[in-house]
Amino acid sequence: MCRECGCSVTQDDVHVHDHNGTVSARSGNSASVEVLRRILHDNDHEAAHNREHLAGRGILAVNLMSSPGSGKTSLLEATIDAIGARHRIAVIEGDLETENDANRIRARGVPAVQITTGQTCHLDAHMVHDALHALDLSEIDILFIENVGNLVCPAGFDLGQHANVTLLAVTEGDDKPAKYPVMFRAADLVLLSKSDLLDVLDDFAPDQAERHIRALANPADVLRISARRRESLAPWLAWLEARLAEVRSDAARHARRHHHDHHHAAE
Amino acid sequence: MHELAVCQSLLREVERVASAHGAAGVSRIEVAVGSLSGIEAALLDRAFSIARMGTSAEQADLEIQEMPIIVWCKACKTETRPASANALLCAQCGAWQVDVRSGDELVLRQVELVQPAEAATS
Repeated sequence: MCRECGCSVTQDDVHVHDHNGTVSARSGNSASVEVLRRILHDNDHEAAHNREHLAGRGILAVNLMSSPGSGKTSLLEATIDAIGARHRIAVIEGDLETENDANRIRARGVPAVQITTGQTCHLDAHMVHDALHALDLSEIDILFIENVGNLVCPAGFDLGQHANVTLLAVTEGDDKPAKYPVMFRAADLVLLSKSDLLDVLDDFAPDQAERHIRALANPADVLRISARRRESLAPWLAWLEARLAEVRSDAARHARRHHHDHHHAAE
Repeated sequence: MHELAVCQSLLREVERVASAHGAAGVSRIEVAVGSLSGIEAALLDRAFSIARMGTSAEQADLEIQEMPIIVWCKACKTETRPASANALLCAQCGAWQVDVRSGDELVLRQVELVQPAEAATS
């Protein structure tokens, strides 16, 4: 598949695939131009740049998405408490207004950049790129991007993350994945948050939530967590450690190949 | 909700094409939109009528082709059309282990350009 636009042109054919378009027909003073380019090309291009930049430094970038009030910031606080001494964490916060979330993260001694989007309902790759300039990347192992609380728009914009993590609070209803299929299809991991409340709720069935996620052809793990129950975070923390190890080994392999290429070039 | 942002991105791509071909204007834009892209065709159309103002596509018609969802089943190796966006199951055997082959497109397909007057007469 063509990575520029998602069309079915294979990699081998990309050289014949001009993204300024080729004229296919002319009549009178008009010309039809075949383009076949992703509409969000600018965003996707910037996102790929962010991802490569972060991966090159062995930084794992995680995009956290959910509806407002599902516990993204509480999860980050608990995650910082659990592994902040072992891994250097930084956070990019997206909200329409206020620095409140960034201040909560900073109170834990972790650098945070607040993006206030005004009326915009999602973060995009350009906003994240600007925020990266406000962080010292040589001091980061894991970068969390806490997206604007919204189960619709953030799913449409690649930021340059290595994984999408979507929270579904057990107070929200187990049919949320069926109601917001685009968001839950994009998830690489789903966290059922506030799961300590399952004991007192009789209308949320974790198995049902998982069935709805499978119906989106999504094999993502579904974990029950609670920011208030430290022991419940273990599988989430293990998942993070595993993703970080992957990004680091990719970075090391890339650096070795780069070194190898230079070595040969010098011969 | 984010159709306006998508529309602005679409118009940037269209203007890039128009300027690469030295066009005087744009008369028609054709896009392919799948229901798994998160974009609502009717909202995109409405956003376009506002966003096109002041661009070279001010007079352009937007034609939106809504793409069907097609999945390929890894279990029974067949291609089928699922019933809805939240039930991407193989219509043949009901398995959820499928690849989405179509339905998440958000692609600018074709642009019809108006050539400058001197180019048309020469």
